Order: sequence, then C-alpha cells, then structure tokens
Amino acid sequence: MSMTTVIFYILSAILLFAAVRVVTAKNPVHAVLYLVLAFFTSSGHWLLLQSEFLAITLVLVYVGAVMVLFLFVVMMLDINVEKLREGFWRNLPVAATVGLIMAFEMVLILTNPHTGLADYKAGAALAADASNVKVLGRQLYTTYLLPFELAAVVLLVAMVAAIGLTQRSRKDTKVVDAADQVKVRSQDRVRIVKMQAEKNVEAADTAESGEQQA
Amino acid sequence: MLTLTHFLVLAAILFAISVLGIFLNRKNLIVLLMAIELMLLAVNFNFIAFSHYLSDTAGQIFVFFILTVAAAESAIGLAILVVLFRNMRTINVEDLGSLKG
Repeated sequence: MSMTTVIFYILSAILLFAAVRVVTAKNPVHAVLYLVLAFFTSSGHWLLLQSEFLAITLVLVYVGAVMVLFLFVVMMLDINVEKLREGFWRNLPVAATVGLIMAFEMVLILTNPHTGLADYKAGAALAADASNVKVLGRQLYTTYLLPFELAAVVLLVAMVAAIGLTQRSRKDTKVVDAADQVKVRSQDRVRIVKMQAEKNVEAADTAESGEQQA
Repeated sequence: MLTLTHFLVLAAILFAISVLGIFLNRKNLIVLLMAIELMLLAVNFNFIAFSHYLSDTAGQIFVFFILTVAAAESAIGLAILVVLFRNMRTINVEDLGSLKG
C-alpha cells in the first residue's frame, strides 16, 4: 500500500466516525463540533484529489463561517434536548434498513467491473508550479462568468433575507419614520378656527343693569 | 493505488449515513439541517473525484457553486429557525402543525 492509500483510509475512518457521531450525538453542540471534524477531514481528502482551492475554501468558508453560525445558533437557543430525544431509537429499524440497503446498492454498482470506473486513471501528477487557483480563476471569469455573478446575487438575497427575518425593532427607541414624516400634510396638523377676535362683555353687562333699574 | 471507486464508495457511505440521520432525528430541526449539510458534502465528493479522474476542472467549478448555495441555504434556514424559536419556544418538528388545514 502506498502512502496516499494509507492516508486515504485513515481520513476515511475519521470522516465516517465523525458523520455517525453527528447524527447520533445527544448534545447538539457536540454534533456541530463533529460536523466541523467531518468537514476538516474531507478537506484532507480533497487535497489528495489535488483540488487545493476547494479544500482551503471548505476550511475557511465552511468551518470558519457556516459552522460557526451553526454553533452560534445552537448555543443561543435554549433547547430541551431530552424532549427532542424521545423515541430517538424507535426509528432505528426503518432507518438502518433504508440506510444499509442504499449503501449496499451503491457499493454494489460502483464496485461492479461492468461500470468501467477502473478505466479512469488518476490524472498525471501536476508540475510543482501548477496552480489550481489560477486554472479555476480563469474558468470562473471566462466560461462561468454569468453563473458566478448569479452566485453573488444568491448570496446577497440570502443576506437580505436572513437580516429581514431576524431583525426586531426595539419599542423604546425614538426613531422617526422618514416615510411617515414626508407624508404629513399641513391640514392634518393645523386646524384653523374662525371666531371673533373679541367679545363685548362690558356692553352686555350695562344693558342688563339698565333694564333692572327701569 | 487509489482509484475512483474508493472515493465514490466513501461518498456513497457518507450519503447513507446522512439519510440515516434524517430518519433518526425526525424531531430535531437543527440536526436535520446538519444532516443535509453532510449530504451536500457527499455530493461534492463525487464531483471532485470525477473532476480529478477525468482531468476536467468543470467539476470543481460546480462544487464552488454548490458551496455558495449551501451557505445561503443554511443562513436562511438558521434565520427561520431563530424566528421560529422566538415565536414558539421550541424547534420540535412535531409542534409545527399550525399550518395544518
């Protein structure tokens, strides 16, 4: 067995163990941490397949951002784990049957010599100064330019949606809504009342007293 | 000598484990999201393995886009989860029957 094969089997054992622990861990925080281990290990696999850029992207973007987001949410929510674990193993017979049949079928097909997968030989070893990033970058900015721009739009929409969903305005702030302010008309605020400027009170009094005297 | 079959079988087993996870964690929404992430990882494995053994970088470009969409998906999914927890104080899938007709 060559060195890469040994590394492959070690990484695979770690990856499968981490994946099993992700779906069976009692504590969601442990599940996220095992998921981090799974992603980290698969980035090692991807390095074996000579896709350095994606291996590093997986660690930086996935472990560094998405998994931290998961961890943040899991720790922020006060989850009653016991209640969620009720009847956890009840589904195991069905789950194990479906999972084992699926895995068995796929392995059966993939290891069958008729599929001709063995004909694909590993690509020639790259030159020491070959740059995976350069190749990907060139393709991304020429052939796949439009999908690249659309991916940026997808990320923007996701960001706006996530902020819009979770934003909550405080009730005690004194912020004025600009739209309401612009919409105001003067007749809604000021009422002009027509009335006499002065009332002749004294004249009425003397007239009354004159009547009494008479 | 590593062959394409090694990587495809590994991805297949990983996919089966995450299907198992979706069955087992039927109540816990957050572990369901994690199982979906594992599934996407298994798919990415196939793309990268084929990309390497066919000497074609298009597979790696596809993985790049899958990572983008998966990041967007988990961001929105977690945002919905937080809003849900704020309103109902639970993330149990069985309690989310308020849209039932």
